[in-house]
Amino acid sequence: MLQQSISKLISEDQQIQYLLHLADNALILSHRNSQWCGHGPILEQDIALTNIALDQLGQARNLYQYAALLITEKTGIPTTEDQLAYLRDVGEFKNCLIAELPNGDWGQTVLRNFLMGSYQFFLYQELQQIATGQLKAIADKSIKEITYHVRWSADWVVRLGDGTTESHARMEQALELLWSYTGEMLEPSDFEQELIGTQSSYIKAAWEAKIAAVLAEANLDHPKNDWMQLGGKKGIHTEHLGYLLAEMQFLQRAYPGLEW
Amino acid sequence: MEATIVIDKEKSIWNILETVCDPEIPVLSIIDLGIIRAVAFNEASNMVELTITPTYTGCPAMDMIGAQIRMALAEAGFHQVKIQQILSPAWTTDWMTESGKQKLQAYGIAPPVATNFNQVYLEDLEIACPNCGATNTKLVSEFGSTACKALFQCKDCLEPFDYFKCH
Repeated sequence: MLQQSISKLISEDQQIQYLLHLADNALILSHRNSQWCGHGPILEQDIALTNIALDQLGQARNLYQYAALLITEKTGIPTTEDQLAYLRDVGEFKNCLIAELPNGDWGQTVLRNFLMGSYQFFLYQELQQIATGQLKAIADKSIKEITYHVRWSADWVVRLGDGTTESHARMEQALELLWSYTGEMLEPSDFEQELIGTQSSYIKAAWEAKIAAVLAEANLDHPKNDWMQLGGKKGIHTEHLGYLLAEMQFLQRAYPGLEW
Repeated sequence: MEATIVIDKEKSIWNILETVCDPEIPVLSIIDLGIIRAVAFNEASNMVELTITPTYTGCPAMDMIGAQIRMALAEAGFHQVKIQQILSPAWTTDWMTESGKQKLQAYGIAPPVATNFNQVYLEDLEIACPNCGATNTKLVSEFGSTACKALFQCKDCLEPFDYFKCH
């Protein structure tokens, strides 16, 4: 567990909450993608997805390091990226629910990456304009990587959606499953308001246009339902996140402070 | 007099850094890659101060490169080294030296072709095969053996090859 004074600061500091939210999105998505390592449909795509997972882990590390620095400055207690990743429990994670859902098949995996990656692309593009200091630097750095991620995942959505009867049906199922988890990304929570609240409608419109264009190219019907799952940003998660953290955090929980 | 000493030391530090190679692409020095952003020698504290920037955020080679820098400098008598990592301005393949690009080509990796990172321009890039020079090539995967490369195949000589992506 994090020290009480650190947990207290996090619960009161919206800037740190926002950084943790961005970091958690990147970390949990990275972890899910890394679970494909050694299981990809062909070697080239196995490598592609694990490379993407590595980029996302790097982005998460930059954000955790920055949050840890701010926490250290504000509390006087030396805090590290590892503590933030490994010593917080389910209720303290602020990632969107879509990141933590199981991978499902390859189609579901590439679709999740496309839906989330497109959101990250437009978000980081805005952050390049409105953020300052280290957060702007992280956005400047990350957007190039995310550009390649979205090119890759959009290409796969089109390939499978406009592919065989089987692949088309699988993509329809994946879209049906994931769609109700997309709204949470586009609905700013309290800690997002100050920085990107005014830009959120622009991000939403840009995301919707991008998704609609790729789904049309993939010959997939645009989902009509607009009821959306919420909760992740407030720490109310699906049952899947607990299992993910139990595996990811095991070593630091069992052997606190252990280093390679 | 003192200023000259510092300049000479900094020159020799740059020369030492030229011998440190990227662990993944050993034909490239870290100078070729453009990841060394500043070198300063503080005479009073006898301290070498380096500023480096990562190629990719998750690049596992960065820790290794840091260790190799310290070893190379220590061998030359510089034992106190401070390495600061910065993210901004973000690393770009524009900073790769011309000789670095030629070394990549000779090593069998197609060097980045565009002069800046422009996502619209990325769509129509023509990548020449480093084996036979033909531009009749196709993209096999956006990600190759590492995140910084894509996998291509030449449709003339059929050779598969890595392409160092614009970044």
